[in-house]
Amino acid sequence: MAISLTVNGKKRQVEGDPAKPLLWVLREDLDLVGTKFGCGAGLCGACTVHVDGQAVRSCQTLLGDVKGAAVTTIEGAAATDVGKRIAASWIAQDVPQCGYCQAGQIMSATALLSQTPKPTDEDIDAAMIGNLCRCSTYVRIRAAIKAAAA
Amino acid sequence: MSRATLSRRGFISASLIAGGGLLFDLAVPIAKAADGTPVIINAFIRILPDNRVIIGAKNAEIGQGAKTMLPMLIAEELDVDWAQVSIEQTHADAKIFGGQSAGGSRTTPREWLPMRQAGAAARAMLVAAAAAQWGVAAEMLTTGSGKVTDPKTGKSIPYATLAGAAAKLPAPDPATLKLKDPANFHIIGQSVGGVDTPAIVAGRPLFGIDVKLPGMLHAVLETCPAFGGTFKSANLDAVRALPGIAHVLTIKGDGTPESGYDGVAILAKSWWTANQARETLKVEWDDSAVTGFSTQGYAAQAATRAKGKADGNIVRTGDVDGAFASADKVVTADYSYPFLAHATLEPQNCTALFKDGAIEIWAPTQNPESGRGLVAQALGLPPEKIRINFSRIGGGFGRRLMNDYMVQAARIAAQVPGVPVKLLFTRADDMGRDFYRPAGWHGFRAALNKDGALTAFHDHFITFGKDGKPVRSAELSPGELPAGLIDHVLFEQSFLSTNMPTGWLRAPGSNALAFVYQAFMDEIAAAAGKDLPTLMLELLSKTAQVSQGANRPPFVTARARGVIEKALAMGDWANRTALPKGQGKGFAFYYSHAGYFAEVVEVAVADGVPKVRTVWVAGDVGGHIINPINALHQVQGSVIEGLGQALAGQAITQVAGAIEQANFDTHPLQRIPDTPTIHVEFVKTDYPPTGLGEPALPPVIPALINAIHAATGKRIRSLPVTAEMLV
Repeated sequence: MAISLTVNGKKRQVEGDPAKPLLWVLREDLDLVGTKFGCGAGLCGACTVHVDGQAVRSCQTLLGDVKGAAVTTIEGAAATDVGKRIAASWIAQDVPQCGYCQAGQIMSATALLSQTPKPTDEDIDAAMIGNLCRCSTYVRIRAAIKAAAA
Repeated sequence: MSRATLSRRGFISASLIAGGGLLFDLAVPIAKAADGTPVIINAFIRILPDNRVIIGAKNAEIGQGAKTMLPMLIAEELDVDWAQVSIEQTHADAKIFGGQSAGGSRTTPREWLPMRQAGAAARAMLVAAAAAQWGVAAEMLTTGSGKVTDPKTGKSIPYATLAGAAAKLPAPDPATLKLKDPANFHIIGQSVGGVDTPAIVAGRPLFGIDVKLPGMLHAVLETCPAFGGTFKSANLDAVRALPGIAHVLTIKGDGTPESGYDGVAILAKSWWTANQARETLKVEWDDSAVTGFSTQGYAAQAATRAKGKADGNIVRTGDVDGAFASADKVVTADYSYPFLAHATLEPQNCTALFKDGAIEIWAPTQNPESGRGLVAQALGLPPEKIRINFSRIGGGFGRRLMNDYMVQAARIAAQVPGVPVKLLFTRADDMGRDFYRPAGWHGFRAALNKDGALTAFHDHFITFGKDGKPVRSAELSPGELPAGLIDHVLFEQSFLSTNMPTGWLRAPGSNALAFVYQAFMDEIAAAAGKDLPTLMLELLSKTAQVSQGANRPPFVTARARGVIEKALAMGDWANRTALPKGQGKGFAFYYSHAGYFAEVVEVAVADGVPKVRTVWVAGDVGGHIINPINALHQVQGSVIEGLGQALAGQAITQVAGAIEQANFDTHPLQRIPDTPTIHVEFVKTDYPPTGLGEPALPPVIPALINAIHAATGKRIRSLPVTAEMLV
């Protein structure tokens, strides 16, 4: 049976197993591949999206959990003012190296700035600790969040 | 588009492309390799009617910046503005593009000259076309911003207008090309952001995992947890009966990790569905030959071997026995380090379509030609029937120099002709099917004379080997310092056997050897009553150069001294003892991948937990930093990765032939709170530029270990660092 949800402001209907993780619904059923698979266990943060404004790991969020919810992915992240500032800051600081984790980093950073417009280093650590970057772009992630907050 | 056959003399051709643009393909064979075969450099330079220039990037982008840097070299000598340039990734074909592997920090030194020559060749032809049109000598004309100008008349023609005529001219001999005076560089040396950064930030499909083809099926591959186990039987029909499963296939490997072992592939329209079906799949493997291997076993064997005679010498110089017999002081210590996984954040994956006796592959690979050879062998196909397309790569670190995932995807695709198949590993697959940085054990002895000078050095290296040779990435070079700097040196090795596939992890060899050699040298310096940089500077003042073997540039001691002195100044080394209790600074120098790096680490240790506060890095990679912003990023990433290898708790362990770790909870990476302040400076010397993906990593580990000693008095001789070692 079909499950309705809103993704990046658009109403979507998904036919499928309610136990299917949102990550794979996005990537396979809705053709939104910006959200990345890294660990499948909520350990790396590459799959971070927003559900009703909260940053969640989409590999640990099931389709059945997001019935009627508003989901924002990296493809829709720049629709808000905070999202625009984060995107511009990420480009200005040239944050990515391989780039694979960056969708998740940006979604976590956007959620942080939406709730805490002027984060301290401790706020940044707490909000971003769940997002691994194998290339270790952390120096620039921190700088880009601060620049976007300024 | 069609492409003319490449001749040895090179060609240039122009043709109309869809939409009326002018395609200006340039292929210039530049030089001959040592074996006499032509090294063919082919820069696709396409000049569009609006004078925009599209430059082909020929190497895989793994986060090292090659997709931006190589086109910068072409654009510089083509003499266009970077704002005019768009970049396209080429496909893989060594016959057209020359070497396309991304490894060993070799891209920069290999391409520094030929990429600039490719740009200069195209520029020369455009100038010649303008000269012919105006009836003036080419030498009288100048270029800039994608235009040819006659300074006498002030007239200019955009490249787009000249491209058609230029393409009919013969390609110049690269040796005759005059390259720019570096004083006139306007792109090289300027910070250029990653060409894909805006697409990454927008979440566009770029990576291998994002490849999507019509009718594509997704595949998972089950293999024997113990490396080398072979397939006996499985409940394949039970899995076939599950809803949504398209195919369940047995895959016959060739028994090597490089090509791939036996497996069972499950294919479905959804990867998640295919992977769920693994819960039902029950496979019986024959792993009796490989379940005897374990981490505990290696450690016990290494301890036994350390007490006995070595299997053989790597190098022996001078009179080692005499030097130890006459030593005033002998320093001994045993060091070791574990296996490590690459853990690229994008799990290994590959998409393949087998059709009409040919296969097309979309692969995140660092080493496509090696993959082509393996696929050709596995499928019995001629190499020209294999097309390999690159995708952007979600982290390489050496893992994707291996192509096992490509061969396995090809084997699966060959069983379902006409259907594109994307194979994707889970994280557990990825961590359990790696080519691991090998563990190693070093029994060190050093002799000091009465003046505190290092006179002799002995390492009994216990490593992994097969058929009397070290396995991949388990070698110790006879040129490892202090060899070459002192007279009496003995490096011996003994081999353990393993079923674990081993491979190149960022700064292979060096990432482990820097730790043990520079940490032990810190012990030697302490025994001699001096600090490590003083000892290193003494040793490095005796000799001008140390050979690194044929086809490698020699190690130049003046360059080493230059970065050491720079790092000491940056890190205020002279005042290091002013730090409060529980804090300390450590130093290390290491030379790898033709790069010279000296680093100072400041650490604070409280309750057995080291916290790195600041790292100072001085590096010498030659006379030009091609893209300064990316150079800084490479060093920052190398430093944090190195610290992670020491501090995050990384160690791959094995029980009954299989890997115990399956995810980032048990093989952790550094996270954002672990990030120190990192200061980076480059010492420019008059040498051609060399690569930066790797050489900044190795010295940070011993610098940290030496800093922990300065802070706590404790010597760390085994990685990873644990709280028990520090309390």
